[in-house]
Amino acid sequence: LSVSCWKKRIPCSNITFLRCCQIHFVLLISRQGKVRLTKWYTPYPQKQRSKVIKEISSLVLSRGPKLCNFVDWQGYRVVYKRYASLYFCMCIDPADNELETLQIIHHYVEILDRYFGNVCELDLIFNFHKAYFILDEILIAGELHESNKKAVLRLVTTQYNEKDKPACTFMCSCEMHYWVALRIGVMIYHDVVE
Amino acid sequence: MASAPPAPAPAHTAGPSLVDTLFQRSLDDLVKSLRADPSAAGESAAVARALSEIHREIRTPDAATKAVALQKLTYLSSLHFAPVASHPLAFPAIELLASPSLPHKRLAYLAASLSLHPASLSLLPLATHQLHKDLSPSASTATAHRHVSALALQLLGSPAAATAPDLAVHLAHDLVPHLSRGSPRAIAAAARVIAGSPSAAVPILFKPLAACLASPDPRASTAAAAAFCDLSAPPADAAPFLPLAPDLYNLLTTSRSNWALIKVLKLFARLAPLESRLAGRIVDPICQLLTHSSAMSLTFECIRTVLTALPAHDGAVRLAIGKAKELLAAADDPNLRYLGLLALGMLGPAYAMTVNDCRDVIAQSLGDADTNIRREALYLMRGMIDENNIVAIAAMLVSHAAKSDPEFANDVLGAVLAVCGRNVYELVADFDWYASLLADMARTLHCAQGDEIGRQLVDVGLRVRDARPELVSSARSLLIDPALLGNHFLFPVLSAAAWISGEYVDFTKDPLELVEALLQPRTSLLPMSVRAVYIHAVFKVLTFCFSVYVEKLGDSSKEVDVVFNELVIDQTVRGESKVALGSAEEQDIRASTVRKDPFSHASILYMINLIKTTVGPLVECNEVEVQERARSLIGFVHLIRDIQELNERKVADDDKQSRVNELVKTMRTIFCQELGPVSVIAQMKVASPEGLDLNENLAELTDIVSEDDTAPSTSIFFYPRSRDSVQTRDEPALSIGLSSLSEHRKRHGLFYLPTGKTEDEPSDYPHANDTLPSCSNETVSDDELKTVEPVFAGKKSKATKSRPKVVKLDGEDFLSSMIATTNILKEDPLSGALRGVLSGRDAKTSSAQRASDVNSEGMLNKMGTNESSSQQIENLGNHPTSSSRTSTQQNRDKKKGTNPPESDVKELRKHRSSGRSGHRQGKHKHRERSSTQPDIPPQAPVIQDFLL
Repeated sequence: LSVSCWKKRIPCSNITFLRCCQIHFVLLISRQGKVRLTKWYTPYPQKQRSKVIKEISSLVLSRGPKLCNFVDWQGYRVVYKRYASLYFCMCIDPADNELETLQIIHHYVEILDRYFGNVCELDLIFNFHKAYFILDEILIAGELHESNKKAVLRLVTTQYNEKDKPACTFMCSCEMHYWVALRIGVMIYHDVVE
Repeated sequence: MASAPPAPAPAHTAGPSLVDTLFQRSLDDLVKSLRADPSAAGESAAVARALSEIHREIRTPDAATKAVALQKLTYLSSLHFAPVASHPLAFPAIELLASPSLPHKRLAYLAASLSLHPASLSLLPLATHQLHKDLSPSASTATAHRHVSALALQLLGSPAAATAPDLAVHLAHDLVPHLSRGSPRAIAAAARVIAGSPSAAVPILFKPLAACLASPDPRASTAAAAAFCDLSAPPADAAPFLPLAPDLYNLLTTSRSNWALIKVLKLFARLAPLESRLAGRIVDPICQLLTHSSAMSLTFECIRTVLTALPAHDGAVRLAIGKAKELLAAADDPNLRYLGLLALGMLGPAYAMTVNDCRDVIAQSLGDADTNIRREALYLMRGMIDENNIVAIAAMLVSHAAKSDPEFANDVLGAVLAVCGRNVYELVADFDWYASLLADMARTLHCAQGDEIGRQLVDVGLRVRDARPELVSSARSLLIDPALLGNHFLFPVLSAAAWISGEYVDFTKDPLELVEALLQPRTSLLPMSVRAVYIHAVFKVLTFCFSVYVEKLGDSSKEVDVVFNELVIDQTVRGESKVALGSAEEQDIRASTVRKDPFSHASILYMINLIKTTVGPLVECNEVEVQERARSLIGFVHLIRDIQELNERKVADDDKQSRVNELVKTMRTIFCQELGPVSVIAQMKVASPEGLDLNENLAELTDIVSEDDTAPSTSIFFYPRSRDSVQTRDEPALSIGLSSLSEHRKRHGLFYLPTGKTEDEPSDYPHANDTLPSCSNETVSDDELKTVEPVFAGKKSKATKSRPKVVKLDGEDFLSSMIATTNILKEDPLSGALRGVLSGRDAKTSSAQRASDVNSEGMLNKMGTNESSSQQIENLGNHPTSSSRTSTQQNRDKKKGTNPPESDVKELRKHRSSGRSGHRQGKHKHRERSSTQPDIPPQAPVIQDFLL
């Protein structure tokens, strides 16, 4: 298997990338055009990312409610779906399965909904790392890997409950005592100054 | 290696960092501060403040502070595209990868996977050791290890890893145990690693990965199918994956997971064309899935697979078409309708009839609210058109364009024009219908296809004699509509219409009305180039009317007398008082009397007066084109008056009448010769006459005539008629070097690089209707006209000449175009003979013509050719005596003589690729470790019969 075989790039206006996964990127865009989450499965330089987001958000936000969920963009196909005030967009190749991608979006939204309990935009804003974590559990390298919602939820909850544990052990260490003492000391210092 | 050194920091840096630690803002604080000021300026200020904080905090030795800073930085760079310095995340992220605490690790991995991209790869090797540690089984508990390795695998599956070959080389062995456990993450990561550096990773990872395909764990087999689906995606070669067919087949028949089935189907769609026996095996399971599956995504994938990869299995294709039509019928779901149209669009021409069945549904989709659906429907409609239904479909499309939004309306019109005009109106049988359709299209609201419509109007006029009456009436309807004059997109159409009604004025029912239309006040809105065409058309109409009038009165000279007496009266009236003429009432009366007979005395008078009042002011026009036409028109009117003056001087009747006849006849002959379409390569057929030196004179003329002379041949253009004067100069002395160079080029033309210039092209190519310096061209055009014209109306017009071909330098295309040109040359023995006579001075002319390239090249370019076609001309032009078949045959042989190396290269490449696939299989079986070998001896790919 020669190297050249894999290194062929698809030229597409000024964006070129290696074709090696189903979903090229995931975008969450609010109705006002604010980006809420981005995940890139193919390497894009930072400059192009903001350009891509601008183009796609203008493309997707301008579409009316009763149209189909696919838009062609620069030789790719953007599959999007609107949930409440958020647009979930995934970019795929035209040869990929659009309906499957729609199902992945729905799957992701359902898990988010169950985890956060009636998820809203603010949840994603303040817990962006959790949203990433869930996305990483579902999609690996641009492919759906976990279609079992309960398994994902179980994993996420355990992971983020475990998060407290190291913090507790950390607290108990002598370094932490020193740290807490210092903090109190500074507070006292502030009181004195005032 | 990449561990965060908890080394004691110097006291002076520890101080500020401690304060930072104490008062560090958390991510929530950051988000709140960003949301506090939603304006763009406020936000960017908040981002900048936060960034400066983070840059300070991230350098602290304290892991917790660093983690929070990293988290904030991750947030900013992923959602706000903070203009951070180069690779800001990479280094702290790698430091934190070594942290013993899982949340920190997770944060670090998140940051790394978000931030690592090809530009920051220099840092990735630093992480290699840590990844290695996290992937290998450690002393910690099993669950902790699972979480940690999951994070590492996640990073390996991120895009950065695919472009970091070192990472793959070092970590490939660590992936193997995870692969054998069947972890989906490991499978995805392995696919990425293989994609990133196939030569190093394939020998290690391919076999375990293939084993996962047969794994009893559905998650593993699904992941493996997805991985192979990615690896075989189009830019790559799918052939190496053929040995996996048995495992995939198993999966196809046994798997219950739709996700896996979709991937397997995609793989089979790529593999089936490579191995003929495969299609027969998979067609049954796919049909089963197609009939029984309830999941739309799977159904659609089955349809796509059948239509693209199994076109030979008629039953399966019919089933798939049936399902696609079901999708199309889904009234409530635009997605399904869109996909149904997509699926039908994949069908080849063999199933055109089945698509035709659901024409109504597709036509309905043309009116859909969704642009995607409309576009697909239009594409299908376009493919559906053939000779039998073109009238119905084109009419439907044009009426549809009237109802849709501007952009789509123009797409529709463009599609209709493209389909109808394809291959010189191959599909159009009824040109009367097409002429009126073109006019309808021009009248469509939002029409912006004026250029193409205008071009086709003229083109049809030139090519199809029987369509002319209808064309003229269509042109009339366009010209008399004052509303059209306001739309600047339609100017080319109006120009074409004016030209047609002037050129084919014989078919006009009412010339007077035509003149009124051409001179209506709103024509002042037209651009000058179009006005020039209008005025010239008036000239032609006037000449025509006058000649008919004179012919009518030809026998009785008395009547002619009367005419001219009245003309005199009229002229004097006009001269004395413009008020009388200018009064609207009188004009009305005149018009009403004149209407009855356009060739009567009164109507001619009316026409002349109208011309004088409207064209008169244009004599002073700034635009040369318009001024020239206006002057010649007014000049003609004056000529008529001169004849009256003759009359006044009581010249003998016979003399006068013959004078009139002569004048009318001359003017008539100027315009009555027929114009034909001119092919791009027509230049070659004209032998340059003896004593003609195009070099010097034309070089001087380019300043004056360049713009006008180089108009495209199929559109309207006006040639300076004083061509003869050009030909009289003596030949200049030619340098021997130049002539010998061109001689050499003639002989070894193939080895010259294309110059982009035409060598053998007299720049001053006369039109088919012109009297020519060489008689050869005359015969050519006559010949062609004979072949061109359809014998009866309603029959297809054949291509008048070989279509101007854009020659590609790839073997086949070039050969076919060579054949086409051979045919043309064969038709024309006379000019060939002339060329033979002239060949003695050939070197001279070709070098002379080179200098005249300025002109001829511009002309060629405008004709829509490009460099390659001019090169073709050059190639042929290098064989001036090659009009006989044999010499072109030689030429072609010569071409072939040069081709073999190229085709050899192609074959070699083919062999190499097949060799590669064979090689690949060997690797799979024997685990030979080897990378690319460019010089593999060609061998047939050995595909084992796994399925049978």
